[in-house]
Amino acid sequence: MSVTVGPTPPSLGAIVAGREPLPPTDGPCKIEARGMNFFYGDKRALEDISVKIRPNVVTAFIGPSGCGKSTFLRTLNRMNDIIPGIRVEGTVTIDGEDIYRSGTHVDELRRKVGMVFQKSNPFPKSIFENVAYGLRINGMAGTRSELAGRVEQSLQQAALWDEVKDRLQGSALALSGGQQQRLCIARALAVKPEILLMDEPASALDPMATQRIEELVYNLKRHYTVVIVTHNMQQAARVSDYTAFFWLGRLVEYDRTDKIFTAPSEKLTEDYITGRFG
Amino acid sequence: MVFQVVALLVLLLALAALAALIVDIVRDGLVRMSWDFITGYPSRRASQAGIFPALTGSVFVILLTALLALPIGVAAAIYLEEYGRRDLLARVIELNITNLAAVPSIIYGLLGLGLFVRLMAMGRSVLAGAATLALLALPVVILSTREALRAVPGSIREGSYALGATKWQTIWHQVLPVAAPGILTGLILSLSRAIGETAPLITMGALTYVSFLPSSIWSSFTVLPIQIFNWVSRPQLDFHANAAAGILVLMTLLLTMNAVAIWLRDRYQRKVGQ
Repeated sequence: MSVTVGPTPPSLGAIVAGREPLPPTDGPCKIEARGMNFFYGDKRALEDISVKIRPNVVTAFIGPSGCGKSTFLRTLNRMNDIIPGIRVEGTVTIDGEDIYRSGTHVDELRRKVGMVFQKSNPFPKSIFENVAYGLRINGMAGTRSELAGRVEQSLQQAALWDEVKDRLQGSALALSGGQQQRLCIARALAVKPEILLMDEPASALDPMATQRIEELVYNLKRHYTVVIVTHNMQQAARVSDYTAFFWLGRLVEYDRTDKIFTAPSEKLTEDYITGRFG
Repeated sequence: MVFQVVALLVLLLALAALAALIVDIVRDGLVRMSWDFITGYPSRRASQAGIFPALTGSVFVILLTALLALPIGVAAAIYLEEYGRRDLLARVIELNITNLAAVPSIIYGLLGLGLFVRLMAMGRSVLAGAATLALLALPVVILSTREALRAVPGSIREGSYALGATKWQTIWHQVLPVAAPGILTGLILSLSRAIGETAPLITMGALTYVSFLPSSIWSSFTVLPIQIFNWVSRPQLDFHANAAAGILVLMTLLLTMNAVAIWLRDRYQRKVGQ
């Protein structure tokens, strides 16, 4: 007796096959970490991370839960600063500027390095106000019509405009999960960031909503440097140009996505992507 | 099962006691309840005495109390919850606030007399009364505001910070609006307590016989509980009917206040929620 199953998903190798060859990972970079260690109190969460992230590409961070990929993502806009008792060693530079240098304006850094969270977190306000908020607090609101224009443009960039244009004053919490997440993306794009950090942005969404987010991520790289954390290796293979594999707080391998998924140089990476653990 | 029955009986007993009190008050007071009673001024004759100065005084004092207690209480709570460090000093302050909530109200009256009436030379004015009641209301306002701030999901703060908002922008634009219904509830509860207070206002020297309306925050005044207390202490039975009617007015005021506040809170919750 045979059990019928749905169509098997394409293999990781098939997803990345036929890609145009990308330049290697070293070269011009937007974000660079050098010898970075990160501590929660006494516990070391990241160990000697050195990585160069290229501009205008999508870079994926993969690895098992608790491997430090989200922690590392959140050091890039200093979101970890909110947590008491953290400590960072080494340097992280964005456009050559050390973002942990004393005197860094964290607010300015976070405007430039936008973030989308795992669980969509729209403000309990109207759809319009969600997008306008960042513009207002950063003094980018301008006149009423400039503000409205910028809100529309952001919603369009996040592929949400057509669905919400007739109810901009309605509550953001009435939107579906996928729409809420795209609203959060629109909100982040409104303040004109250069980098967009995404922390498992589709992990709580259904397959259709996930697909829309992935298409969006793929298109965003024309204007933004995107870094995405994901549990889903298929997703990493589909959307990213470069992939970094984290394991136990260390960066094991970082390379072109097609290479990571077809011919990884580390045994650990191979074991992980073939599902031998994790 | 047995426990449920016992619990239900105890609850019904409490409700029955409350109902009996209300029925008693309504029976005594309803005969005196009229428009003339509400808009009338005190008199030596019970049948002509009215409650208007006390009612006006109560409303005036409680509004001023809210105006004083809300900004100070919310500011204190924001400092303690969002800015203050978690050190020994913070713990001592917290312990003190919790204790202050349980201090007998007459002590606040003595403090009001010494601090506001005498030292700050406010006299026995509406302002001094409201300031005294604001002190009384503050601990509850602070505690409930801290609860409300703590209940705001961290994801909302993170979302705001991630857009480049400063701590203050985040608190002002995102955290406070979400916390507002909870803050409002705390304020109502504390004002409900304050509006029924007699002892602190008598201690600080509010008048018991007032035949004029307070015209400014510097006027002398009386409030409903003091007027009721005054009538109850008269030997003539007619005045006792006045007291019962006064209690009805006070209860109506209190229930209206609570109803308005609950309505405001629900409306706010709907607006931000859906």
